[in-house]
Amino acid sequence: MKKTVAIALILCAVFALFPVSSFAASDSVPLTGEVINVYNWGLYISDGTDGTLDVNAEFTRRTGIQVNYSTYEDNESLYTKLKTGGSSYDIIIPSDYMIAKLIEEDMLEKLNFENIPNYKYIDESFKNTDYDPTNEYSVPYTWGTVGIIYNTKYVDPIDSWSALWDERYSDKILMFGNSRDAFAISAFLLGLSINSTDEGEIRQMADKLAEQKPFVQQYVMDQSYSQMINEEAWLVPYYAGDYLVMAEENPDLAFCHPKEGFNVFIDAICIPKSAQNKSAAEKYINFLCDPEISGGNMDAIGYSTPISEAKQYMDPETASSAIAYPDEETLERAVSFTNLPTETIRQMNSLWTSIKSGNGLPWYLFVIVGVAIAAAAIFIVIRKKKRNSY
Amino acid sequence: MKRFNRIFTVAVFIFLYAPILLLVAASFSSGTSLSNFEGFTLSRYSELFSDKNMLGLLLNSLIVALISSVVASVFGTVSCFGIRRLGRRAQKTVMTVTNIPMTNPEIVTGISLALLFVFIGQMLKLKDVMGFWTLLIAHITFNLPYVILSVMPKLNQLDRHVGEAALDLGCTPIKAFFKVTLPEILPGIISGGLMAFTMSLDDFVISYFVYGPAFTTLPVEIYTYTKKPLPPKLYALFTVLFLAILLVMIVMNIVQARDDNRSRRNKNAKGEITLTRI
Amino acid sequence: MKRRNNVFKLLLSGPYLIWMAIFVLVPMGMVLYFALTDPDTGRFTLDNLMGIEEFLPVFGESVWLAAVSALLCIVIAYPVAYVIAKAAPSRQRVLILLVMLPMCMSFLLRTLAWVALLEDTGILNRLLGSLGIGPLKLIRTRGAVILGMVYNYLPYMIMPLYSVLTKLDRRLIEAAEDLGCSGTQVFFKVILPLSAPGIISGTTMVFVPAVSTFYISKKLGSSGTALIGDLIESQFKQSYNPNLGAAMSLVLMVMIFICMGIMNRFAGQDEVSRI
Repeated sequence: MKKTVAIALILCAVFALFPVSSFAASDSVPLTGEVINVYNWGLYISDGTDGTLDVNAEFTRRTGIQVNYSTYEDNESLYTKLKTGGSSYDIIIPSDYMIAKLIEEDMLEKLNFENIPNYKYIDESFKNTDYDPTNEYSVPYTWGTVGIIYNTKYVDPIDSWSALWDERYSDKILMFGNSRDAFAISAFLLGLSINSTDEGEIRQMADKLAEQKPFVQQYVMDQSYSQMINEEAWLVPYYAGDYLVMAEENPDLAFCHPKEGFNVFIDAICIPKSAQNKSAAEKYINFLCDPEISGGNMDAIGYSTPISEAKQYMDPETASSAIAYPDEETLERAVSFTNLPTETIRQMNSLWTSIKSGNGLPWYLFVIVGVAIAAAAIFIVIRKKKRNSY
Repeated sequence: MKRFNRIFTVAVFIFLYAPILLLVAASFSSGTSLSNFEGFTLSRYSELFSDKNMLGLLLNSLIVALISSVVASVFGTVSCFGIRRLGRRAQKTVMTVTNIPMTNPEIVTGISLALLFVFIGQMLKLKDVMGFWTLLIAHITFNLPYVILSVMPKLNQLDRHVGEAALDLGCTPIKAFFKVTLPEILPGIISGGLMAFTMSLDDFVISYFVYGPAFTTLPVEIYTYTKKPLPPKLYALFTVLFLAILLVMIVMNIVQARDDNRSRRNKNAKGEITLTRI
Repeated sequence: MKRRNNVFKLLLSGPYLIWMAIFVLVPMGMVLYFALTDPDTGRFTLDNLMGIEEFLPVFGESVWLAAVSALLCIVIAYPVAYVIAKAAPSRQRVLILLVMLPMCMSFLLRTLAWVALLEDTGILNRLLGSLGIGPLKLIRTRGAVILGMVYNYLPYMIMPLYSVLTKLDRRLIEAAEDLGCSGTQVFFKVILPLSAPGIISGTTMVFVPAVSTFYISKKLGSSGTALIGDLIESQFKQSYNPNLGAAMSLVLMVMIFICMGIMNRFAGQDEVSRI
């Protein structure tokens, strides 16, 4: 027994002598049995494919805390999941306007920043934001812009959202699957505010979207990856970060920040009220803010980091990309979302449901079928009665 | 006409199997897209077997399917005896309720259970009610009717006098049950249980509404995957599962064939063909 | 003795009754409750049900597509079931196994395989392209959705038809032939009416999942073919309006139960048939 301990100690000493790179698998902390549930956007973390950094595995290795990772499609799905209840999450990463809404509805925990020393790396411009003015609830994860990704093989160079209404590309246009992003595009095109609360204006936006529907192939989110890469679709409004990843697979893809303006967003890490392991969650937040981790992570997902120091750990090409980090002049056109009143959101959602729901069949077809069924039924009943009367 | 029917049947089988073959072929392709076969590789399989996450999900699915089908089989069979002792009207009502999960659209079953679980969670002040237990309860609930509806007819066919004869000949009721009744209804239990197992293993819709972050099954995860580019190791997993199920079915087929032959010899006069159904 | 029997009876059936009450009847009650209450105040309201009016065309579309699929399934499954039922017993078993096997495999992945087959850049279109036929509009049509439904639910039609057809008494057919019926007459006057229970249970097993599907239409349909299942799913998973979702589910459920009731009535059988 003593011998094995001694050998183990010697081995440890030997390993300690060599400066082990922090990504190596050797010096892992034993599992503590703690588990956190992380709920994040789809394709929004570096997961170790193709030799990239595996963020969650690295976190487990360093802290011994295991990560239960699951994904959602958009802010609205996240909100629905939290609101429905029944599931507990320790980490969520909503966008700005959704964070404001969650704070307003008292669904977020205040963070204990003593556990998050790496918060100091966050650039000043990402602090004291509109959505979290007191910096109590959230720590920025990424930021980014929305634009049009298109395939240059089939689509002429574009600079306007109106390309998504272009009949020539009918059935090759993908559209946002969530209401807020979709309505924003419509608002830009109509020259309205993307944060409008005016009922009439919202209706106008919905009408514009309904106009677009005949040309839309599908309303999707991350499904656009495969559709765009294998050229099943030619145009999609999506996030700049995802463009960088898609373009690696299909070099014919191009990106544009439309002239009418576009949305700029910050996605930040929060702890919802349903969390069961707050201190472990804070460790996770701290870990994500480590410049080295953030750099490796952003390299893989293509989004922009709010930590300037992280850029030194990134592929220089990504770190200087004009699409991930647009110049001042472009950013002047950028507008961010604010939280809307519940009534407006409800109106938007119900209009959105109507737009997305099928065209349906003409009424008379329904009536004809009904009559036919009834006739058949009566016929059978009569025949049965006749037969019984023999 | 006969020839047409045959050709037609072959065509239908091709229709049924074309997508399956495509998925199997994709598991050997070095490309990532389903529609492009690029080059032969076995690396998808090594990727699959080194992916603890996916194997864990498969294990989750198997655990839920196995426990729920076994519990449903035992619970359902016991209940069948009870139901049969009820009055005619009560029996009819119970059977109507039993049929509800069978005829209700799965999505409605799913959301109704989700509403219930969330409600219970709020009552008990549980933050994470969704998970293993809710999945298990949901699966047992939709598995029970399969068992009941396949055990009940067997029980109705059962000759009461045989049981009584066994009692007269000095068997204890328990012994009579295990020696006489159980063997008679066993095929019903097995076919109901197997049906339940396969239904549960591939259930997506109901699980989709009652899973929790800590415990997910494979089909639910595949659904969230299908919104993103699909990792090709899933095709390898599909192929492995396909072969496993094929194997199980072949074994069952052989067992059943033997069983049929025996019972045909026994019941030669009746000459009835037992239905092969799972 | 009598009392012991009663206790025994309750002991055996009681747990089942309680289970079904809690996990089948109460959840249905919850759906009803949500459908009839206001999302904000929790008070009784009919607004949710009234709000459905707007989505009636979607209901119409779902019913239409599911009905067409069910009909196609009958037409396709009948000859297949007939051939299987006529085959030698050993071969019958193999064929039935082949019919059942796809039912056990992930329907999500199999539907995805159809996407790869039908896409504009998919396998079929590339095959056609190499033959010089321009890309056809296969995917994102009503036809594609119907194909997806037929493909996924065809085995559920073949099985009950097969089990009815194997039980068919050959002597009845012979009798009809002796009485001078022609082949087609035998089919329409004897075989078809006798297989009605199989057709009916098969139809329910195809129609119910088809009318409420939300995956097939999402993958194979276009932005214009969202079905009622898609709407219900989005109320619970995206738009956070469980009350409207519950109201839609309620209408769907009632609609299906009415259809089933009518069909079972015509079949002249009380119990719902199964595979």
